[in-house]
Amino acid sequence: MLNTLVEKKLYPQSEFVKGKWCEEINVRDFIQKNYTPYEGDASFLEGPTKATEKLWSECLELLKEEQDNGGVLDMDTKIVSSITSHKAGYIDKDLETIVGFQTDEPLKRSMQPFGGIRMAETACKSYGYEVDPEISEIFTKYRKTHNQGVFDVYTPEMKAARHSAIITGLPDAYGRGRIIGDYRRVALYGIDRLIEDKQNQFKSLEGEMTPDRIQLREEIAEQIKALKEMIELGEIYGFDISKPARNAQEAIQWLYFGYLAAIKEQNGAAMSIGRTSTFLDIYIERDLKEGIITEAEAQEMIDHFIMKLRFVKFARTPEYNALFSGDPTWVTESIGGMGVDGRTLVTKNSFRYLHTLENLGTAPEPNMTVLWSKNLPHNFKKYCAHISINTSSVQYENDDLMRQTHGDDYAIACCVSSMVVGKEMQFFGARANLAKCLLYAINGGIDEISKQQVGPKYRPVEGEYLDYDDVMSKYEDMMEWLAGLYVNTLNIIHYMHDKYCYERSQMALHDRDVKRYFATGIAGLSVVADSLSAIKYAKVRAIRDENGIVVDYDVEGDFPKYGNNDDRVDSIAVNLVRSFMSKIRKHYTYRNSIPTLSILTITSNVVYGKKTGNTPDGRKQGVPLAPGANPMHGRDENGAVASLASVAKLPFEDAQDGISNTFSIIPNALGKSEIFVGDLNIELDTGCSSCNIK
Amino acid sequence: MEKLGNIHSIESLGTVDGPGVRFVIFFQGCPMRCLYCHNPDSWSNKINQKMSADEIISKYLGVKEFAKGGVTVTGGEPLLQIDFLTELFKKFKSIGVHTALDTSGCLFNPENTEKMDTLLRYTDIVLLDIKHIDDNEHKKLTGLSNKNILQFAKYLSDKNIPVWIRHVVVKNITNNKEYLEKLGKFIAELNNVKALDVLPYHNMAIPKYKKLNIDYPLKDTPRTTTEEAIKARDIILNAIKEIKNERKTI
Repeated sequence: MLNTLVEKKLYPQSEFVKGKWCEEINVRDFIQKNYTPYEGDASFLEGPTKATEKLWSECLELLKEEQDNGGVLDMDTKIVSSITSHKAGYIDKDLETIVGFQTDEPLKRSMQPFGGIRMAETACKSYGYEVDPEISEIFTKYRKTHNQGVFDVYTPEMKAARHSAIITGLPDAYGRGRIIGDYRRVALYGIDRLIEDKQNQFKSLEGEMTPDRIQLREEIAEQIKALKEMIELGEIYGFDISKPARNAQEAIQWLYFGYLAAIKEQNGAAMSIGRTSTFLDIYIERDLKEGIITEAEAQEMIDHFIMKLRFVKFARTPEYNALFSGDPTWVTESIGGMGVDGRTLVTKNSFRYLHTLENLGTAPEPNMTVLWSKNLPHNFKKYCAHISINTSSVQYENDDLMRQTHGDDYAIACCVSSMVVGKEMQFFGARANLAKCLLYAINGGIDEISKQQVGPKYRPVEGEYLDYDDVMSKYEDMMEWLAGLYVNTLNIIHYMHDKYCYERSQMALHDRDVKRYFATGIAGLSVVADSLSAIKYAKVRAIRDENGIVVDYDVEGDFPKYGNNDDRVDSIAVNLVRSFMSKIRKHYTYRNSIPTLSILTITSNVVYGKKTGNTPDGRKQGVPLAPGANPMHGRDENGAVASLASVAKLPFEDAQDGISNTFSIIPNALGKSEIFVGDLNIELDTGCSSCNIK
Repeated sequence: MEKLGNIHSIESLGTVDGPGVRFVIFFQGCPMRCLYCHNPDSWSNKINQKMSADEIISKYLGVKEFAKGGVTVTGGEPLLQIDFLTELFKKFKSIGVHTALDTSGCLFNPENTEKMDTLLRYTDIVLLDIKHIDDNEHKKLTGLSNKNILQFAKYLSDKNIPVWIRHVVVKNITNNKEYLEKLGKFIAELNNVKALDVLPYHNMAIPKYKKLNIDYPLKDTPRTTTEEAIKARDIILNAIKEIKNERKTI
C-alpha cells in the first residue's frame, strides 16, 4: 500500500502512445506520436529556483577561478579518460537535479590521447602540467594514436601543403568531432534494449567477410562494449540506465549520460548534443499533467541540464584557442523547426531551453540554435526576438531549406552542418584555402611566402598585366590539383581516425547503416571573387621579386566587388563554388561517403589571412580573409541586404554543409527606439504621454 | 530620352526611415546647410552617380524579399530632382511598392504646386523634417526660411497625405520649451500626422566632415541623450494635447 503511494509521487502512470517506435529503434516516431505542439506565449515560464541560483553562483565562482588560473582550473595527467575512468563528480550534490562531469571534479580537464599523444602533452605543458611519463610511453611505444597513423602515411606533398596552409585546420591531431549520437535513445529505450538491437545488427553481418564487413563488425563490437560501459557510468552516479527512463528527471539524466559518455572519449572540435528539447518535453508534459512536477521544477531541471552543458571542457593548446578565438566546444542544440506534417515542433520545452539564457545569464555554450521557419508560431518568434535582443546568444538556421533535404528530425553539428539524428554522420574535413590556390596558379605552384615549390610545377603567369582567361585556365588546373590532394589527405585522416580513435559511444547511438557525409570546406571565397573581378574589370599589374615570383599586385581602376548584389562578380563566386565542388566529386571518398562543401570559416579566417600573401584584389598579406561567404571587410557598399543577397546566390546544392555570413549591426540601426511615437492618435487618446508604442 | 537621377548612394536595409524594413535611396544635392547635418557628403550638386529609374528598381527587385516595407527617397533634398523623383515613384507604384518621401519641404512653392500635386499622387507617406519652428532660428540653423516648409505641412494636411513629423533635438538650438510647445501647437493644427519622430542629435558625422575638410560647426554641442529626447517629445505631445482638448471643450 505504502509502496504504491510512493511510486505514484515519483513516476507517472499513463503510457505513451504506441507505434513503430515500440518495434524498432525509432525516436522520431515516438516524438511524432506523443509530442504536444505549443503555440502559446512565454507567460508560463518560471524564474530560477533558490537551488538553481545557489548552484549557478557556485558555478560562476568556479568559472572565475578557472579564468584567474590562466584559463584552466585543473588537468588530469594520470588517468586516460574513458566512459568509466572517473568516480562521480559534483558541484553541490544535494542541489543538483542533473549530475555528471567528464572527470571527478567540475572543470578538471580530461586527458584524451587517442587522437594524438603530442596534442595531449602540449595542452598540458602550456598550462604548466606534465602528462605522466608512463602514459606518454604507452601512447608512443605500445598504443598507436590517430595522429601517428596519419603521419606514417602522409605523402611529402600532403605534408608540404599542410605546412604552407593551403590545406588547413585538418583534424589529424585530435578528435574530428561533428558526430551527433542520438542521445535520446538512452532515455527512451534504456541501454539493455539498445544492446539487444546492436547484437542483432552484429548477427546480421555474418557470411562473406569483406574488409568493409569486418570493419563494421569490429565497430559494432566496440559499440556494444561502450553501451555496457554506459550502464556502469550510470551506476557510478547511482542510476540504473539499463532500463528506459520513467519520468522527466530520468529522461534528462539518461540522455545526458549518453552525451557524457561521448565527451569523456572524444574531444572533437564540435561535440553537439542534437535536437533534444521537444523529445524531453513529452516526458515533462506527462509529469506536469499527473502532478509529479511543477513548472518551476521542470525549469529547474532544464536549467541544471544546461549548466552541465556549459561545463563541457577539453584540454586544448593555445594555438587551437587562437584558431577558434576562445575555448569553444560547439555543444549545439537545435530547437524548434516545423514537422513535415505541418505541425510545429516547437513545444513548451523549446521556450524553457531559451529561457535558461535569462535564468542563468548569457553564455555562448550550449550553442542554442533555432531552426527558423516562416511558419513557426508567432509567439515563439516573438520570444526568440526577445531573447536575442536581451542576450545575443541565439543562432538561427533556415529550417525551410534544410527540411527539404533532411526531413524533420535533423540537428546541427558545430555551426551549420545538418544531419538526421542517429542516421547520418559526417567526416569533418576542415578547409582548402582557395585564395592561396589562386596565388599558386599565378606562380606555377610556388608558395608566395616560403618561395618553395609546394604545388605542381605548372607554367606560371607571364607578362606584366594579368589576363583573365589566362589566369582562369591556370586557376582551374591548380584547383584540380588542390581538390585531389585535399580529398586524399582527408581519406587518410578518416581511415586512421576510424582505426585508432573510433567514436564508439556516439556510433552506438546510430543505426547500423549510416549515411556518411564527407565534409570539405573552402576559405577565401570573397578574396578570390574580388581578385578575379579585378583582373577582369580593372587592370592588375603583377609585381615580381628578383626571382620572378609574383609577390604583389597593383590594381588600376575600379572593379565590381562581391557583396553588393552585383551579378558581374557574384557569378564569379557562384562558379568558383560549383567548379571546386565538381572537382571534389571526381575523387573516391572514404567509405563511399557523400562529398559536401562548406563555406564557413567563422574565426579561423584571421589565421588564414596571416598565411596568405598579397592578393590581386589589393588585399595585403596578413589582412584576414573574410569569414565564411562574407564579402571582404568594408567592400559591401549597399548595406546588409545587398550583402546578404550576394551570399544568397551561392548554390546550396554545391555547398550543402553550410554557407555562413556573419554580420553585426549597431542596435539603433535595427529600428526605432522608445522615443518614437508610432501612432499619434492612439497616443493622444489614451491621454498618457509616457506610454510607448513601438 | 530617359531621365537620370543624381544618386548619392543606396542602403538596402533601412529600418528608421519610414514604416518597416525599407530600401533607401539617397539623392545627391541639398540647398540647406543644417548645422547638424549628418550627410554633408550629399550637399554638393556635382554629379556623383547617374542612375535611371529602371536601374534603381532592378536593384530594389534584387532585395525585395527583405525590404518589405517599401522604398524611401531621402538625401540630400530629393525635391531638387522632382521630375526624376516623380518618374521613379510612378514606376514603383506601378509595381505596387510603398513609397515614402523624406524631405525638408524647403523647395515647396505655394504659388505653383503643379509638379508637387503630381508627385504626391505616387507618394504614400511624407516624412517631413521640421528643423525649427521659429523662422529666425530656422535661418540660423539651415540657412533658409521655414515659411514654405510650414506652408508645405498645411498643404499636405489639406490634401490628407499621411505624414510623419521628424524633429531633431539639439541643445541650445531646438531643445527649448518655448520652441517645442510652439511646434506642438503647430502640429495640432494638422490633420494628417501619423507619427512623431523625435531624433536625439548625435555627432557621429564628425569623421565625414574631417574627410571632406569641412569645419564641424557643432563641435562643442553635446549629443542629446535618450532621456532628454523623451522629455522634448513629451513637451511636444502635451502641447498637441492641450490644443486638441481645447477644441473638444469648445
